[in-house]
Amino acid sequence: MEWLLWFTRFENTKPLSLAIFFIVFCGILFYVFGSKKRGERLESHKNIPLQDDEI
Amino acid sequence: MATASVTTAGVGTSEQYNYDIVRKFAIMTLVWGAIGMFVGVYIASELAFPFLNFDSAYITFGRLRPVHTSGVIFGFGGSALFATSYYVVQRTCQARLFGGERLANFTFWGWQTAVALSALGYMFGYTQAREYAEMVWPIDLLILVVWVAYLGIFVGTLMKRKQPHIYVANWFYLAFILATALLHIFNNLQVPVKLFSLESYSLFSGTQDAMTQWWYGHNAVGFFLTAAFLGMMYYFVPKQAGRPVYSYRLSILHFWAIIFLYMWAGAHHLHWTALPDWTGTLAATFSIMLLLPSWGGMINGIMTLSGAWDKLRTDPVIRFLIVALSFYGMSTFEGPMMSLKDVNALSHYTDWTVGHVHSGALGWVAMITFGSMYHMVPRIWNTEMYSLRLINVHFWLATTGVLLYIVAMWISGIMQGLMWRAFDDFGNLQYSFVESVAAAHPFYVMRALGGAFFLTGMIIMCYNMYKTIRQGSTEAHAGLNVATA
Repeated sequence: MEWLLWFTRFENTKPLSLAIFFIVFCGILFYVFGSKKRGERLESHKNIPLQDDEI
Repeated sequence: MATASVTTAGVGTSEQYNYDIVRKFAIMTLVWGAIGMFVGVYIASELAFPFLNFDSAYITFGRLRPVHTSGVIFGFGGSALFATSYYVVQRTCQARLFGGERLANFTFWGWQTAVALSALGYMFGYTQAREYAEMVWPIDLLILVVWVAYLGIFVGTLMKRKQPHIYVANWFYLAFILATALLHIFNNLQVPVKLFSLESYSLFSGTQDAMTQWWYGHNAVGFFLTAAFLGMMYYFVPKQAGRPVYSYRLSILHFWAIIFLYMWAGAHHLHWTALPDWTGTLAATFSIMLLLPSWGGMINGIMTLSGAWDKLRTDPVIRFLIVALSFYGMSTFEGPMMSLKDVNALSHYTDWTVGHVHSGALGWVAMITFGSMYHMVPRIWNTEMYSLRLINVHFWLATTGVLLYIVAMWISGIMQGLMWRAFDDFGNLQYSFVESVAAAHPFYVMRALGGAFFLTGMIIMCYNMYKTIRQGSTEAHAGLNVATA
């Protein structure tokens, strides 16, 4: 359990969290803009508010 | 994929959706708006003309100020968010509200009771003295129960949706509900003095207490007054413009960036205090980073009108929505700038902060609410707005009011900051505090006048809505979709 102490030090956890959040952000960026096909599918969702008027 | 399920949905029928709860909250939005803004104008007038205190403890600035803030944030803003979130989640999920009429009605009566009791309590001097969270602990518990019910209704409705995708407006609303629950619980950890006493002690003390308060305070701005109203924007701007949002992918980035960044920014309210310096630096850094998603969202909203800018000339409701986004952009530029330590050294404790808050609260929150209400109310009462002309009058009164208010507070605030730090040739303070108060007087009058403009617009809106509701019907919604504001 000694290794858990590593997480109690700010000088370790701050760069770690920075790395995690940055990678997650890059992941979201890639997910959103990385594929043309996925991009088209995502963009199709923008019509949802306008479709709720169609009966 | 998205369209397939829509064609089967009988959208807009009163049987399919619970519009009754939306109507109730919409009416209370107007009521609390008028009350909260009236109290705001009154306390602004008290600061300019202190005789308005009339030597009565009940109506002094200190007691009426939280009545104003709670009235407009939780009464007006909160009711508007309940109304629009219930409306949007049903229509974009093509599902009736989860939990039935009784649970939804419980959130209505619980919320209204909490806001009304809070306001009365403040006038009688009952407060826990935490900014924007002055409610005493029994009311905190009531809010907690109501909020859990609200979360249950919202998530339950999302889970039984017929639309496969959860539209981005609902993401913002859900983030607002979850974050507000978190903020409310941790900021209100109190130990009552006695079981039947309204007084309580904070669980935190000293700097930690201040940090907790401003973690709450700034995130109340970030999630209650920003994320939730962005949810409103992502539905009502495309609806009123008749065009889809400019970029759905940008809205996804906007959401995740804003949700992540806001939580870290609260400590910028405590620059130059006992708070550790690195905490303030961290908060200022995140505040500067917040500019990017904020402006991304603003551009996404405004560019929705791309190719249809003429609507700005012809449709006063669109004007409300787009001007709201412009104020959002302005406030989210001003905020990061004020979070810089050197700028904050001048601006903090001055009227500049008050002006900044109101450019966001009046310019962004109230304007986007007005636009959304003008879109939604005629639809849920199956009619058209009584008077487009009165909407236009409201728009110009509101815009003039905000501008008067924020210009007055800019001048007054920067003047105060400069006067307080001015030294004479001998190193003594050049001005006494009371001299800065006297110098601010004309701007306090100007601020009260700006508020009066805004209040007049609100009253005109109430009249316009009253006449609209009187001519409307809650029975059938067959013609719902052709009604235009």
